[in-house]
Amino acid sequence: MAERLLTTAKAISEAIAQEMERDDRVFVMGEDIGAYGGIFGATQGLLEKFGPERVMDTPISETGFIGAGVGAATEGMRPIVELMFVDFFGVAMDQIYNHMAKIHYMSGGNVKVPMVLMTAIGGGYSDAAQHSQCLYGLFAHVPGLKIVIPSSPYDAKGLMIQAIRDDDPVMYFFHKGIMGLGWMTPNPRATGPVPEEPYTIPFGKADVKREGSDATILTVSLMVHRSLDAAEKLAQEGINVEVVDLRTLVPLDKETILDSVKKTHRVLVVDEDYKSFGMSGELVALIAEEALDYLDAPPKRLAVPDVPIPYSRPLEQYISPSVDAIAQAVRDLVAE
Amino acid sequence: MSLSQETLLSLYETMVKIRTFEERVAEIYYEGKTPVFDIAAGPVPGEMHLYSGQEAVAAGVCAHLRPDDPVTSTHRPHGHLIAKGVDLKAMMAEIFGKDTGLCHGKGGHMHLFDPTLHFGCGGIVGGGIPHAVGAALAIKKRGEDRVAVSFFGDGAANIGAFHESLNLAAVWKLPVVFVVEDNLYAISVPKSASTAVRSNAERGAAYDMPAVQVDGQDVLAVYEAAKEAIERARKGGGPSLIEAVCYRFRGHFEGDPELYLPKGIKEQWKQRDPITILGNQLKAQGWFSDEQAQAIQDKMTALVAEAEAFARQSPYPAPEDALKHVFVNV
Repeated sequence: MAERLLTTAKAISEAIAQEMERDDRVFVMGEDIGAYGGIFGATQGLLEKFGPERVMDTPISETGFIGAGVGAATEGMRPIVELMFVDFFGVAMDQIYNHMAKIHYMSGGNVKVPMVLMTAIGGGYSDAAQHSQCLYGLFAHVPGLKIVIPSSPYDAKGLMIQAIRDDDPVMYFFHKGIMGLGWMTPNPRATGPVPEEPYTIPFGKADVKREGSDATILTVSLMVHRSLDAAEKLAQEGINVEVVDLRTLVPLDKETILDSVKKTHRVLVVDEDYKSFGMSGELVALIAEEALDYLDAPPKRLAVPDVPIPYSRPLEQYISPSVDAIAQAVRDLVAE
Repeated sequence: MSLSQETLLSLYETMVKIRTFEERVAEIYYEGKTPVFDIAAGPVPGEMHLYSGQEAVAAGVCAHLRPDDPVTSTHRPHGHLIAKGVDLKAMMAEIFGKDTGLCHGKGGHMHLFDPTLHFGCGGIVGGGIPHAVGAALAIKKRGEDRVAVSFFGDGAANIGAFHESLNLAAVWKLPVVFVVEDNLYAISVPKSASTAVRSNAERGAAYDMPAVQVDGQDVLAVYEAAKEAIERARKGGGPSLIEAVCYRFRGHFEGDPELYLPKGIKEQWKQRDPITILGNQLKAQGWFSDEQAQAIQDKMTALVAEAEAFARQSPYPAPEDALKHVFVNV
């Protein structure tokens, strides 16, 4: 039987559709998620299937509609709210980190907020400083939010269904470059086999996307694709890289991370978020605390430097971890 | 509009209950904090924002609410929660930070949650207004006749969340009532210095929403306006805005020196004590004696004392419990 291939965007919308069929408490809110199908295609087809009562286009009022999602969730609904670009979190961050994330704790466990806040991340297509960020490190830092970052269509569907069924607030970050959009630079890894039936992928379970023994790359999202491309190049040079796709930062699969480091003794974190005070630092700290003796070389980090993302193509390409930069970082790592 | 004796007495009792609770909490708050004020000391550490003087607003609005009508409140939540019908023991225990409190000590005075009463509050100005919109959205989706109410202050009426919430509620025609408790000051900044319109009731027009201003010290005026707004919402008529002009008899927070207040204004405000106003109205009807007033006061004093004893006797949560309840499941 031929495999069923879907884009990541279609996989996400299929996940949402299947959950909406199964559970009438699930509904979707956000800007342009209805008639437009989401500007990155994450909600394509939902309005036709479920109607405007359950697929609601909102005004440009992120504090209002994200806060409304919180309120509806506390009343037993299971809202999926889209924040169009993660970069826009600033206008609504209070509702995200002071309310969505904390109401369960502040109420002593008595109130649940079973809400999914999904959002588009990432750059590489010249959208500049206010439309290209990743920022998952910032949200992972605040207690109370589960942080989910799929890299493939298969993972995207399973993680979205899990997110919807989870009783905790989940932030779900989909990279624009992995969605398989017709108007973006083509990405072969943005399309992949996806089972038709609903399935879940547990949080806190990283996925070794490529096994290897010479070095470990820890990464998420689009950087998984670039790391796999780099690994293919390096294999031709006799360097075998293990690529670990973390999939969720909160909860974090420490076991898989440490097992990999203990096997390869060399680790590179590839992170499209800003370098300082984020995911890459967190992973290196974890490894230093719990696997220092297993390292044959200091851990390496390849991340976007601490600069706003520039517009001009040569500038943006300079700051974003490229396949070549990843490959070179691994060569440097194994040479030490 | 004439209300039954039963309704009037119920309003009176609610207001006395709130006042008694607040005044007793004020006394407890200062335990351990003298002679030199140390906010971290005593059985009730942290900030304290008390509702004395504003009782008519909570009582007049909540009289129309059922336990399952959602209410969101503010950093000054006690009046609303008491008027909603909370168990004073669990509420007092939470204020003391005890394990038997509403939130097992995790929330405290400003973060009181009671899901049995669909009540939540928080210390971010305007933060709860969108939650009431969301609760109303859930209600409408389910086709229920419940109503959500959001209480907030004159200061909150200038934050983005207020404007976004009113617009959303109107666009989606949601069963929510927005109640601005205009006590004339946002901490120290008078409304005249912060708000472009003279009355927030004028802002209803900006969102195509019925809006009224009422005398917030007159519980019957509040009751009447709230009745209309809540019934409108229950029948599917959409949202409303009520601005209740009221007075805060105590500072913004306990310990507030209130140097920003014009001289003599507090004394003027205290001439309009909502409890006295209703008491006089009841007496004028011949439905009320000083003995009855005293009996009600004694009853509430006893209830509050029982709550206080419960709170004091209750254990603190285990220190390691600080790590619990981040997630439902990890």
